[in-house]
Amino acid sequence: MSILLEVDDLKISARKDDDSLLPIVKGVSFKVARGEVVALIGESGSGKTTIALSALGYTKPGLEFDGGEVRLEGEDVITMRSDHLRSLRGRRVAYLAQSAAATFNPALTIGEQVTESSVLHGIFSQEQAHERAKVLYQALELPDPERLGRRYPHQVSGGQLQRLMAAMALCGKPDLLVLDEPTTALDVTTQIEVLKSFKSVIKQEGSSAIYVTHDLSVVAQIADHIVVLYAGEVQEYGTAEQVVSHPTHDYTRRLMHAVRPPPAAGQGDKTSSEHKRQAPALEVRNITAGYGRKRDGTTTITVLRSVNVSIERGQSIGVIGESGCGKSTLARVMAGLLPATEGQVLLDGQELKPALVQRSRNELQKVQFVFQMADTALNPKQRVDHILGRPLEFYLGLKGKEKRQRVGELLDMVELPQEFAGRYPEELSGGQKQRVNLARALAASPEVLLCDEVISALDSIVGANVIDLLRRLRQQTGVSFVFISHDLSTVASFADEIVVLYAGRVVEKGSTDRVLSPPYHPYTRLLISSVPELRVGWLEEAMRTQEAQAGIDRLVTLTEIGCPFFDRCPLAIKDTCDQEVPPIRDLGQGHLISCHRPESEFLH
Amino acid sequence: MSETQQSINPSRHFDELPDALPKRKIKLSWAGKIGIAVLVFWAIIVVIGPSISPYHEAEFLDESLFIVPGSGEKYPDTDFQPPSRIVLLGSDYMGRDTLSRILFGARTTIGISFIATILAYLIGVTLGIAAAVGYRFQYRGFTIIELDTVLSRLNDALLSIPSIMLGLVMIAALGSTIPLLILLTGIIYAASVFRIARSLGQEVMVSDFVEAARVRGEGLWWIITREILPNVAMPLATDFGLRFVWVILFISALSFLGLGVQPPMSDWGSMVKENLPGLIYGSVAPLIPSLAIATLTISVNMIVDDISAQTGGKLAKRMIS
Repeated sequence: MSILLEVDDLKISARKDDDSLLPIVKGVSFKVARGEVVALIGESGSGKTTIALSALGYTKPGLEFDGGEVRLEGEDVITMRSDHLRSLRGRRVAYLAQSAAATFNPALTIGEQVTESSVLHGIFSQEQAHERAKVLYQALELPDPERLGRRYPHQVSGGQLQRLMAAMALCGKPDLLVLDEPTTALDVTTQIEVLKSFKSVIKQEGSSAIYVTHDLSVVAQIADHIVVLYAGEVQEYGTAEQVVSHPTHDYTRRLMHAVRPPPAAGQGDKTSSEHKRQAPALEVRNITAGYGRKRDGTTTITVLRSVNVSIERGQSIGVIGESGCGKSTLARVMAGLLPATEGQVLLDGQELKPALVQRSRNELQKVQFVFQMADTALNPKQRVDHILGRPLEFYLGLKGKEKRQRVGELLDMVELPQEFAGRYPEELSGGQKQRVNLARALAASPEVLLCDEVISALDSIVGANVIDLLRRLRQQTGVSFVFISHDLSTVASFADEIVVLYAGRVVEKGSTDRVLSPPYHPYTRLLISSVPELRVGWLEEAMRTQEAQAGIDRLVTLTEIGCPFFDRCPLAIKDTCDQEVPPIRDLGQGHLISCHRPESEFLH
Repeated sequence: MSETQQSINPSRHFDELPDALPKRKIKLSWAGKIGIAVLVFWAIIVVIGPSISPYHEAEFLDESLFIVPGSGEKYPDTDFQPPSRIVLLGSDYMGRDTLSRILFGARTTIGISFIATILAYLIGVTLGIAAAVGYRFQYRGFTIIELDTVLSRLNDALLSIPSIMLGLVMIAALGSTIPLLILLTGIIYAASVFRIARSLGQEVMVSDFVEAARVRGEGLWWIITREILPNVAMPLATDFGLRFVWVILFISALSFLGLGVQPPMSDWGSMVKENLPGLIYGSVAPLIPSLAIATLTISVNMIVDDISAQTGGKLAKRMIS
């Protein structure tokens, strides 16, 4: 195989205020052969994107090349003249950004944008480019390739847009693709589809690729070689098989350790019965809620329909589903941020007022909300001691020395050093901010903690640490947790009970063991089979299953009639599932599945 | 899994990496530094101007001062005299010293503008934030009207009237006094401050940390003073500079039209107007106050530009609206 790109002792530095250089990339070398996919893997701050961008002869503002060479077919791109670089970018090396939604211009049709760069570079005429785009749409398994080009970005789903971005990059037949975390923001079911398309189109086109990600199990599916990076240095470099199966470096092992095992029965924590009392800590009954209130009291968009969930004292419940299924809405109803139109929220058996302002301070104290993004959930103008001290003062009336002491204890609890009390949020890393965010909720000494996707925005290692912390806090404090996530493996490793939501309805509910073992609801089965496993060749196996082919990457529709999962379900019964609301089948021990099919027909 | 858990002892070597490089402090470019120098110069003049001034602002210079010894001239003109050792920046249309009037006028012009801008901010920010927090007038659980709607429509009405016209009408009706001038300018400019404060406030209002405060059960006052205001203070402070410039130009324009500061008090705007005829005689008298206004406003602009360029230009974009 001939070498396409050769990165040789690459050094990139940031220029600081006093004009000194801070090294970001410290002498990285690797090669990309023709037709090969090389993955750069590491946490945020490891310099992986910076290295990938150097293949285009580009650095982000504030950074500069500080040595080494990046040779594309023997020619150094770092020293290349800017007009040569212009003809290189998009033509020979194409870049795929992380967020397709941010990359596409909403005012132009998809076809215009996909073909733009190849026409601009004079590779194709407009007609040829459109023909080429259609071939790519087909290769990427996009629906209706003939007319897709005339649609606008908002008319296709997120996963389709992500694939269209690949079409955009591939249109001009580039030698090298640079993919920057292309599946990180996607649901598992969408991710698997996008991954599969990427893999097949790369093979078909015979192009090479640099794949940047922090997710080792994704890398195992798509890469030929893996470069493991930490703080701008290569920790390990080898073939995918070798790195995944026989990691030699400590850091790679830590990354592997942070990848949660595929969800399976027997992982969830068991509720200790000592905390159990008569009434559940928090219960929602027949909740219907949505956005946009009409005059008659109903909502214009109804997100949740007749949802029942109860959380025992000291128990943790996982709420799982794809984006848009109403997970966060459920948490907002519990917290009182969004009053439900129907149904009740009960705390310790006492009914809570639907709206926040009507609840008493005592009631508010018992249910605390942990926001998803610690970056935005902490006021940037308040110091950590102020952030943690306020709930202490507000709910518990602590002042002065007592308050300071308690702030110290809270920092201890979330394993942060005491000095952090004097810092502002921007002086903390992502994981540290999430710990402060947690500590603030704990400061109120709550009975129920609502955690909304608390680790989704974190790197795998940092996220794994936060999960460990949550587990310890649960044992220490006996607080009940409602743990919301789209990541089934995370939920499986943490929750006693799982609630599977689809399009605002509970489709399956029960103890973790029972939900994650047959019989499954078809949707649960789809979710479980879509979680990537850390081994080479998993993707091909997963795609062969019948659920995957039937159910992946369709738009979730909120319907009032029938079962919302109807058009994605491999077991759907025509004229029944699309017409009638499915009955709830009790399989014993609190395991409920909402489906028209009887227990014996569920997939095993 | 528990086996691997024990076998791997996480070493301190792989610490969590910090999120980003340490934040850069704002470093002013040379343009910003010049701006600050000019601004500081005028600030000093405001304080000590009248005490270092060679004459009083309303003092008509004596003819005898201008008699060139030995020329035999008896009654020389005192108006529109070119700069000389007696009148460093020349004299104006009534034979008063331009330098003295600039030094006195600095206090009037900058003082009135500054107080009027502060007034505009007090009114604009209070109402703007009040609109942003989304208070609703409710009757039996149904929203009748939002405070935001009421305030915003009133504000639109005020903005739709050309400010100089509004000023002219009000002053013509009520007479020109300095307190009225300040009040009027304050109200007129409160309208644009309102819009900025409202949009900044709305942006912060929907952020997660405000929601967190609401879930905690905090009252509106706490949310406004502790969560919102600290986060809008910096952009508002930058906008203050720009707004101050507009107010100087507005006051000067009113004075130029003869409705602002009344004679014999000096004010840069009225000085330009009074001395316009001097242009025909090649006098510098109308140019000096114009230059004073220009240096002050441009220097403030340079500082604001410099700061907003370094904070990513986001601020500048918002302030244009």
